[in-house]
Amino acid sequence: MLKKINLQVRNNMITYGIVILAFILVQILQSTGNLSRLLQGLLVPLTVYVILAVSLNFTVGILGELSLGHAGFMCVGAFGSAFFTAMVKHGDMPAGLRFALAIAIGALIAGVFGLLIGIPVLRLRGDYLAIVTLAFGEIIMNVIGAMFVGRDSSGLHFSLRDAHSLNMGADGEMIINGPLGIIDTPRDANFMVGVILVLITIFIVTNMMNSRDGRAIMSIRDNRIAAESIGINITKYKLLAFAISAALAGVAGVLYAHNLTTLTAAPRNFGFNMSIMVLVFVVLGGIGNIRGSIIAAVVLTLLPELLRGLADFRMLIYAIVLIVMMLLNWAPKAIEWRERYGLKTFLAKRKAKEAKE
Amino acid sequence: MMNFLSFVTNGISLGSIYAIIALGYTMVYGIAKMLNFAHGDVIMVGGYISLLTATMAGFPPWLAIIAAMVGCTVLGITIERVAYRPLRNAASPLAVLITAIGVSFLLQNVALLLFGANARAYPAMVNMPNVRMGGLTITGITIITVVTCIIIMVVLTLFIKKSKSGQAMLAVSEDKGAAQLMGINVNKTIALTFAIGSGLAALAGVLLATAYPTLTPYTGAMPGIKAFVAAVFGGIGSIPGALLGGVLLGIIEILATAYISSQLADAIVFGVLIVVLVVKPTGLLGKKIQEKV
Repeated sequence: MLKKINLQVRNNMITYGIVILAFILVQILQSTGNLSRLLQGLLVPLTVYVILAVSLNFTVGILGELSLGHAGFMCVGAFGSAFFTAMVKHGDMPAGLRFALAIAIGALIAGVFGLLIGIPVLRLRGDYLAIVTLAFGEIIMNVIGAMFVGRDSSGLHFSLRDAHSLNMGADGEMIINGPLGIIDTPRDANFMVGVILVLITIFIVTNMMNSRDGRAIMSIRDNRIAAESIGINITKYKLLAFAISAALAGVAGVLYAHNLTTLTAAPRNFGFNMSIMVLVFVVLGGIGNIRGSIIAAVVLTLLPELLRGLADFRMLIYAIVLIVMMLLNWAPKAIEWRERYGLKTFLAKRKAKEAKE
Repeated sequence: MMNFLSFVTNGISLGSIYAIIALGYTMVYGIAKMLNFAHGDVIMVGGYISLLTATMAGFPPWLAIIAAMVGCTVLGITIERVAYRPLRNAASPLAVLITAIGVSFLLQNVALLLFGANARAYPAMVNMPNVRMGGLTITGITIITVVTCIIIMVVLTLFIKKSKSGQAMLAVSEDKGAAQLMGINVNKTIALTFAIGSGLAALAGVLLATAYPTLTPYTGAMPGIKAFVAAVFGGIGSIPGALLGGVLLGIIEILATAYISSQLADAIVFGVLIVVLVVKPTGLLGKKIQEKV
């Protein structure tokens, strides 16, 4: 029966199936007490990384532009939503509604940032585009890390200098404390919500790929000039793709922020390294392959944690993975070699031989 | 006013280091048409080689600097041979960029495993008395940095204009295929470019580590990226552009740190890059290239 359904849809079903199966497996392990504390702590970060990887794959694989500032959008989503949560956490809003609103706000703010940043960035191409996204990522992190926002009875106070220049009243309360960030965010995120958001992310990205808009975006990736000549609005579609990718990264940021009690805009959390780590997931999983990104994100996050000896070598492994994958997949010599001696060629040859006999 | 002048001299000093690093970027970008992301980390390797040869092997400073330059030249050629050359004709231009990011990470993390994350004190490689002009004190290292930078610029310009290898570089940057037809060994020319760029990076590493006398595995990353900003600012592919961009960027960074906020200085430097790329993508001294269909 499965064969009758369109190949693409079947492919997507397999992806959803894998995620749901993984979720059920984790639930069973958890209820039978077979999940170590270490792994339990990793569950939400795993969903964060999966969402990040899928959303970056949308920019790198579908739009065909390298973004090195993905952590910046995650940072915007994290701080935007944590700010909202900090504003309303003393009110009587139920936790579920509060978190749902936080997710929407995080996605919206990150999406708007994606759009605003996309306007100058997407005029550039290739290396320049990559370096400018890196620049924007660093700017976002630095500016948020220098922001002081406080609240007292007379309203909100804002400063880029220090906490003193906020001039708050005696009942003042810091909300964003510069490099110290936002503290005491309620831990609203859990694995279930994370998995649901992963499924929604996959749904958005795969449906986008199969839509008219998605095909337009892919045609820009394959040949910009040809796409333009058949009347595709390059700027519009590029911005659309970039903003969607940014909004999804923002959602990952919301999950991230609501899984920690202290959120700081430090390079450790939202710096260049984070962007590269997500890029490694995308490259290892296969550029443009959504399922691959998910699997790569999970494997590369779990592997160094499970093999404790590897933890020190984690970034080194990422670096080697990046280089080796690129050389194997893109070097003309490697492609030639694979075509001559690869498994697929081998099987095809054997089939031809059998047919002959 | 005196403060302002001393900030400007500090800026020129920092900018001269950026300019030397930017040269490596600009030459490699001009000739191999790739952004060598690992260039900044070659600086760090140069710093460590000079540090270790000076402190552990007891080399005199000039020998330690030469050791660093030789080491980095070999490293640069090796990186080009192993990681970049196989991808030169890859279908996607992103392939070699991502590989370069991988190499950058590899260098950082190998250094992290070998030397640890703690900052190491860097000895004074060069001793030069401070110069007082009126109320303004110019440190010895500032003078050495600026003079080194100017000498490198002059020598490099002469090398490219007068020597046969330099002419070959120009030809390769203009048109790889045509250069090959004229009997120029493109692979060798690109390797030579990497060698020069990496040797200069080692020198920049020594100057950088002397000016801020510590060294960590991440020392090179940020100056590397900023030097690329400087190269783009001045116009990528142009040697005077690298000097101009580097010095301007150094001054902007120091003034921003002094008068606006040290937290936001990096953000301002990157803001400059974005403004330049959006307003004048070819940089201050860059050539305009028409895209052909």
